[in-house]
Amino acid sequence: MESLTNTIHAVPLNHYILLSAIIFSIGVVGVLIRRNAIVIFMSVELMLNAVNLLLTAFSVYRGDASGQVFVFFIMALAAAEVAVGLAIIVMIYRNTNSIDINVLNRLKW
Amino acid sequence: MSTFYFIAFLSIFFSILVISAKNPVHSILYLILTFFTFTIHYILLNAQFLAIVNFIVYMGAILVLFLYTLMLINLNKESEPVKPFMVKIAGVFGGGILAVALASSLKLVAASNPVILKNPDLGLVKNLGKVLFNEFLLPFEVSSVLLLSAMVGAVLLATKDPKTA
Repeated sequence: MESLTNTIHAVPLNHYILLSAIIFSIGVVGVLIRRNAIVIFMSVELMLNAVNLLLTAFSVYRGDASGQVFVFFIMALAAAEVAVGLAIIVMIYRNTNSIDINVLNRLKW
Repeated sequence: MSTFYFIAFLSIFFSILVISAKNPVHSILYLILTFFTFTIHYILLNAQFLAIVNFIVYMGAILVLFLYTLMLINLNKESEPVKPFMVKIAGVFGGGILAVALASSLKLVAASNPVILKNPDLGLVKNLGKVLFNEFLLPFEVSSVLLLSAMVGAVLLATKDPKTA
C-alpha cells in the first residue's frame, strides 16, 4: 500500500488534466468522424470516462471524498443511458435496417 | 511515477484505436482495454472502490451490453458507410483544436502541485459509504428510481410492436 501511494507522489495535477483533455478530445473526434451509431455511443462513453478520471484526480488532490461519490453517480447514470440508448438503436435498426446515422436525417422536422 | 505515464500512453493509444478501427467489434474490444487502463489509473490514485466499480459496471456490464447489441444487429452484410474524406479531416481538425485550446488554457493557471494522497483510506469502501449514506442519501435513492425507469423504458423500446410483428 505504501509503495502504491508513493508512485503517484510526483505526478503533477496538470498532467492528469492534460490526459483527460486529450481523451475527451478523442471522444469528440470519434463522434464527429464516425457514422455507425454504436461507435458514436462508445465515443460518448470515452468522454464520460475522461471526466470520471479527472473528478477522481481532483478528489484525491483536495482530499475530499465527494468527488468519488459523484463518479459513482455518473457510472449509475451511464448504465441507465446505455440501456435506453441501445434500446433506441435496436428499434431504429428494426425500422430502417441500418444503424447509419445519416439515414436518420428525416428526423430534422 | 513512470507507471502513470506508461498507463496514460496506453490509454491514449487504445482510445485512438477505438475511434479508428474499421470493425465495430474491434472498437468494443479496444474500448475494454481502454477501460482497463482507467481501472489501473484508479488503483494508482488509491480509489479502490471506484476501481472495482469501474471493472464490474463498465467492463462487465456496459461493454457486454454493447457486444450483445452488436451481435444482435447483424452488420456483416454491408460494410460500414464512411464519411467523406473532407468531413473526417474537418472532424480531426476540430477535435485537435479543442485539445490544443484545453491544453493551452492550462498554461494560464499557476504551476500545478503534485497529487498527494493526504488521507490514504479516502477511496476505500468504508469511507465512501459513510459519505454516500450521510450527505448523498437523497441522490442515492433518486438514482434507484432513475435505474428503474431506465429499465422500464429500455424494455418498452426494445420489445417488438405487436402490430408489426
